[in-house]
Amino acid sequence: MLVNEKIAIEHGLKSDEYKKICKLLKRTPNITELGIFSAMWNEHCSYKSSRIHLKKLHTKGKKVIQGPGENAGVIDIEDGDAIVFKIESHNHPSFIEPYQGAATGVGGIMRDVFTMGARPIANLNSIHFGSTQNKKTKNLLRGVVHGIGGYGNCMGVPTIAGQTSFDRSYNGNILVNAMTLGLVKKDKIFYSKAAGLNKPVIYVGSKTGRDGIHGASMASASFDEKIEEKKPTVQVGDPFTEKLLLEACLELMSGDSIIAIQDMGAAGLTSSSIEMASKGNLGIEINLNKVPCRETKMTPYEIMLSESQERMLIVLESGKEEIAKKIFDKWNLDFAVIGKTTNTKNIELFFDNKQVANIPVNTLVENSPMYDRKWKKSKLPKKNKIDKTIFKSLKIKDTLKKILSSPNVCSKEWIWQQYDHTVMGDTIQKPGGDSGVVRVHKTDKAIAATVDSSATYCWAHPLTGGKQVVCETWRNLISVGAKPIAVTNCLNFGSPEKEENMGEFVECVQGISEACKYLDYPVVSGNVSFYNETKDIGIKPTPTIGGVGLIKDYKKMITMDFKEIDNIVLVIGKTEGHIDQSLLSRIILNENNGPPPEVNLFNEKNNGLTLLNLIEKNFIKSAHDVSLGGIIIAISKMCIKGNKGIQIKKPKFLINEIEYFFAEDQGRYLIEINPKDLKEVSKILDKNSVHYDEIGKIIDKEMIIDQKTKLTIDELKSYNTNWLKSYMV
Amino acid sequence: MKSSVITFPGSNCDRDMDVALTKFGFKNKMVWHNDQELPKSDLIVLPGGFSYGDYLRCGSMASKSKIMHSVINFAKSGGLVMGICNGFQILVESGLVPGVLLRNKYLQFICKNIHVKVDNKENTFFKNLDKKVLEFHIAHNEGNYFCTNDQLKEIEDNNQIAIYYCDQNGNTNDQINPNGSIKNIAGILNKEKNVLGMMPHPERMIDQSLSGEDGSIFFKNLLNNIK
Repeated sequence: MLVNEKIAIEHGLKSDEYKKICKLLKRTPNITELGIFSAMWNEHCSYKSSRIHLKKLHTKGKKVIQGPGENAGVIDIEDGDAIVFKIESHNHPSFIEPYQGAATGVGGIMRDVFTMGARPIANLNSIHFGSTQNKKTKNLLRGVVHGIGGYGNCMGVPTIAGQTSFDRSYNGNILVNAMTLGLVKKDKIFYSKAAGLNKPVIYVGSKTGRDGIHGASMASASFDEKIEEKKPTVQVGDPFTEKLLLEACLELMSGDSIIAIQDMGAAGLTSSSIEMASKGNLGIEINLNKVPCRETKMTPYEIMLSESQERMLIVLESGKEEIAKKIFDKWNLDFAVIGKTTNTKNIELFFDNKQVANIPVNTLVENSPMYDRKWKKSKLPKKNKIDKTIFKSLKIKDTLKKILSSPNVCSKEWIWQQYDHTVMGDTIQKPGGDSGVVRVHKTDKAIAATVDSSATYCWAHPLTGGKQVVCETWRNLISVGAKPIAVTNCLNFGSPEKEENMGEFVECVQGISEACKYLDYPVVSGNVSFYNETKDIGIKPTPTIGGVGLIKDYKKMITMDFKEIDNIVLVIGKTEGHIDQSLLSRIILNENNGPPPEVNLFNEKNNGLTLLNLIEKNFIKSAHDVSLGGIIIAISKMCIKGNKGIQIKKPKFLINEIEYFFAEDQGRYLIEINPKDLKEVSKILDKNSVHYDEIGKIIDKEMIIDQKTKLTIDELKSYNTNWLKSYMV
Repeated sequence: MKSSVITFPGSNCDRDMDVALTKFGFKNKMVWHNDQELPKSDLIVLPGGFSYGDYLRCGSMASKSKIMHSVINFAKSGGLVMGICNGFQILVESGLVPGVLLRNKYLQFICKNIHVKVDNKENTFFKNLDKKVLEFHIAHNEGNYFCTNDQLKEIEDNNQIAIYYCDQNGNTNDQINPNGSIKNIAGILNKEKNVLGMMPHPERMIDQSLSGEDGSIFFKNLLNNIK
């Protein structure tokens, strides 16, 4: 087929991008070459709109072994151990086909992690759906949860934490972000950089089929009414094959046969081969007739663009083919030598003894387009003037009930009970806590992980929102007694071609970077998902942050359930009474405007590190960070989990009690301590200039706010646990 | 005491079982599904997971694998065999215990702590157990035990029901039944009582820091019974 500009545009390329390709090649590309360019130059693979801004992220730190740019980030957790982790989006496919979309999202991210030699030890996810009134929401939620469970459960990797939210802005574009953590020895990490000439290039795993062709291009465009036609671009996952691939790869990796390894993810064989050649500054030659195919008569174009799952490309040491083949035979996986490394610095493809593509690698990578798109700065919205008489008309009990049972606050047990969260025998904090925690197998160490996003805050003011999400994950880690080490980010936004959306992106990234830098909590991996937009309506900006921390002695891990009657509960951090953008404001007062709560990075760091110090000294019996819904929601959850009540002692404050209980000021935690330790704890808090209030004392089975306002734990439980279950029936 | 854990392609609780058996004093060996010979063992365990991806029917392909011939012979000659979760599915598929395991009643994978009542102590697995109710953990999609009325009568007459799902006080009823199993059956023995299949995972309950410790009680008791 002859290629022209029209065909290029049908491939998602812009007119000037096509001209650039012809100029770089000094000729017109053939159809296979055009397919390769379109796969490498789309937004999903090339980061052409985001690259310029991602450079500003804070990515360095003492514990960073590998930052962004590899299959996943790697951090040092001492004793020769390292954690490999990353988060990735699978938004577009999940909206089109929720089960397969979500399943292959989980499969893809696990592959990114074990490609680096790490055994996956935990999965997390952040999933976002449209309004609960939207007729698609229920089926999408059910399909996504089944898909995540279907893949992760079969792999035997526990899903230990997650986040689920509902918001109208996701009606036409749900978000599915999957994160995986893996454990590896520091001296056994594998990279994707090819090296050496004439080294065999090996294809292993599943056969190549016609599924997922142009998947990455699909994920680089907005949706319209023809969305159903895109179903064939969604890949189909086979977790069983991936489990075999995992075991086979780890077996091969225990020896010294591998020079470089790269999974075939987005843009399949194209991006994996080009990535390895580009990083090694080499050429690569592939005979496409050797690629194991599932279907007959597949063309070079289809083979190169297929996104069939569960495949890997390996550059092997010469002479190790037999050893490697034996391992893959044992696991019943395809194994084929399909090419070799060359010194041409070109990617050369052969099919039926003819050369079908010959492209200089650098034209696909370094010369890929990079845009500095126009963006619009957001102003901090004006504070709402709330008529304080409204507060007097609100009954605390009713307000608490409404918020505790609201979709974004209620218990997500219906979801996480469908995920195997205990396989591998090291899960010591299950979903439903502030962070999931798994032990580092056969050691005293444990790894805490959490995932969070706050689209509402980011929508109200991207810069503050970006900072806030980072801090939220930091607090989640501190609350379980983990020292935060690093983050991964998944940046979900609308179209970068719109100034507002691009502005949201730029300022969220700036906020993330500022917070990460201040907290010494670098970004080590991540991904960008633009074009989360249907018929011109985009999602709220949703940067998702996955945070990872270390607990040196897992016996010191903290949970949020109240432990003992007569213990004292303190609020760490100051409550100013910020109501704008809070759940109280949005659910009860029906007010969606105003600025998000301010983020004070000094207080975040100081409060967090002081709390860690208290945990280290064994003063803390339980802890929970204060987030959505404010203090009273946080207390309710601690009561529910511990099956204990609290006698609340109203602090004498200038702000009224509604503001005190429901405000969403940042940098706060609730902690439980023994009364005998109060003096010593106060001393440490005072010494570190950490503000705290005593809020109450733990009692049996009842939350007593004042003489007229009492709730039993069973009441709190039923508000919190029933909503999602009855919604999904 | 010597034990062997069989690894099938897709098994994923094999390591957990190895850790548990070793922790409580078994000398455990891992055995590959394609092997023909079993090492000398006092106990063979078929672990949980998704052998052969649960394709066709859970456990059905694994029940035809090479090593299963030896496992079946071992069981028929009186050797102790225990199948957990997917291992239980393999046992029913290979005919070593009666009945079938259907998809959970609410068509969802379930991962949570549950209680089981141990009524039947006339077997090596539960003999001498101090507790009547154990807190175990389940994680499965196809654990809905079913058999014909005739079969049910037979297994009841032969005292083959090993454990029932119950509440923490030992009451068995529909509300507490997590997956729709007939009679709340969570585990079943063969006629000779040397083969046990059960859905719950005792190996996930062997440490205070994990979901609970009743698994420890089970394994310690099992080891003492075999000695």
